[in-house]
Amino acid sequence: MIKVSHLKVQVGNFLLQDVNLDVDSGEYFIVLGPTGAGKTVLLEAIAGLYPILEGAITINGRDVTRLGPEKRGIVIVYQDQALFPHLSVAENVAFGLKSKRYSRSEIATKITDIAEVLGVADLLRRRPATLSGGEKQKVALARALVTEPEALLLDEPLSALDPQTKERMQRELMEIHRRLGVSVIHVTHDFEEAITLGDRVAVVNQGEIVQVGTPGDILRRPKSEFVANFALSQNVFSGEAKDDYGNNVTIDIGGVQLVVMTALRGMVHVSVRPEDIFISGTPLGSIEQNTFDGVITEVVDRGSVIYVRVNVPPDFVCLATRQSFGELSLSKGERVWIAFKTSAAHVF
Amino acid sequence: MFRSRSWVRPDTMAIVFILLSLLILFFIFAPIIKTVVSSSPGTLWDTLLDDSVYSSIMLTVWAGLLATLIGLALGVPLAYLLARRQFWGKGFLEALIDVPIVIPHSAAGIALLFVFGRQFLLGKLFGHVGITFVDSLAGVVIAMIFVSVPFLIDSARDAFKTVDVRLENVARTLGASPWRTFSRVSLPLAWRGIFSGSVMMWARAMSEFGAVLILAYYVPFLGGSQTVAPILVADRFAGFGLDYARPVAALVILVSLVMFLLLRIVALRGNKHD
Repeated sequence: MIKVSHLKVQVGNFLLQDVNLDVDSGEYFIVLGPTGAGKTVLLEAIAGLYPILEGAITINGRDVTRLGPEKRGIVIVYQDQALFPHLSVAENVAFGLKSKRYSRSEIATKITDIAEVLGVADLLRRRPATLSGGEKQKVALARALVTEPEALLLDEPLSALDPQTKERMQRELMEIHRRLGVSVIHVTHDFEEAITLGDRVAVVNQGEIVQVGTPGDILRRPKSEFVANFALSQNVFSGEAKDDYGNNVTIDIGGVQLVVMTALRGMVHVSVRPEDIFISGTPLGSIEQNTFDGVITEVVDRGSVIYVRVNVPPDFVCLATRQSFGELSLSKGERVWIAFKTSAAHVF
Repeated sequence: MFRSRSWVRPDTMAIVFILLSLLILFFIFAPIIKTVVSSSPGTLWDTLLDDSVYSSIMLTVWAGLLATLIGLALGVPLAYLLARRQFWGKGFLEALIDVPIVIPHSAAGIALLFVFGRQFLLGKLFGHVGITFVDSLAGVVIAMIFVSVPFLIDSARDAFKTVDVRLENVARTLGASPWRTFSRVSLPLAWRGIFSGSVMMWARAMSEFGAVLILAYYVPFLGGSQTVAPILVADRFAGFGLDYARPVAALVILVSLVMFLLLRIVALRGNKHD
């Protein structure tokens, strides 16, 4: 278990203050926040890469606040994977073991084992420069996990990957976490990633943690306007994906059936970006398979754009430009029709 | 009719720039080539066999090597700190390091004399352990370090800056001590820049004239009283005229060129790992 209490760190002009976190053993913990919120600094501070001005960090009851990064038993993995370019894949994976003075035969065994788990056995003789993004990510994970850390710190590990590789790596991360049971602190700005992977999520903004909770808590019970807005702009629902008649897949999200395109079945999440939802003051007929009517419950003016919350139920948040909003003369309590393409519903 | 697509009629500016470039290239290469080819290989060989010329070249190469090795040992840690740490007055310090490059080297020699002379601070201190700098090999080395180490520090610092700090961070969290991180990650990745900085330093050290002249004009070396090659060339010219200075100058240029080329080849070989 990792316990961070009243942490204060300063890096340049950036200040992280009074940060409190409790990550349970074996938990997959997400730190979610916009770019520049101080997520990476928090991670690097936990790793021991910055001097800590105030507060304490304990790992499994051991106070590591004043220890160097090499003595903490936690490994950081960066977005661009940061493989050592002058070493082969095998040498990269061996680096931590050599630092910890394992014997040659132990190192060989451990490398073989972890390469097996991550499916990088074929890559061991290659140079990092010759690997694809997904391969690099797996090698970076192998290099970290082979040292059997008490916790793994992941700094935006999926952000540099293309969408398909990203989805595959998400599943692999879940699988690895399940198999090895290592505690993970994973930093991301991606809401879907947070909801998919996290046992719990901490939302950070401007160097402060504004809410900690399960993904469901963050979605349904945001404690501050910032979290609400962060979640508001998402339209994330969950339900069971089922084959419908014909080629369709439908998801019952409690109230309405969404028609989607996905290969996934069973309990899934589905998101619709607010800007992909068409909104109208008159019936839309059946121009899209996902067409619903509801009542406007909230209008949030954000300057150039306006968020409109429509209760179908459930609630959908739609985005209208100021111009279209004026033309539609929408207001609270009014009945509207919304529609979006099946391809606009992203299942994860 | 066919017209080659790659042919673009040069504009006036391109023509002027090419002409000016040819002019400066001629200016650089003509004196060097003229000096080297104006002495026959036989004359060059005889000159090399001249005892004082041979000893002078050996002194120059050896002192330059010592200077560079000391420069590496002391300059690389400073370069690393400059690349990695932020501290008050860093910009000023970086400017200060380059001062030896811009001041007249005879003045640099005087400045060194004031610190390393027998009756001054460091001169006295080293005097206690039997090292004197005035008119000795140690003095040649000190003078060479002073005027040439900025080249090494600057390029080592730039080389360390190109090493992603996150590679060092990862190494640390993987369990490597600061020493191991430096020797296994930072140093190998910055090595090429440090090496080419060392080559620059060595070349600059071997061509030093002014500071060596003031601090250690003639020094005991290989059983005689010798001076470094650049001073030998000047002495021959002043004492015996152009005909005597020319073969020595040609030889010194050749030795420098050959070494420079060899080291460049080694540096390019090191390139291949990635």
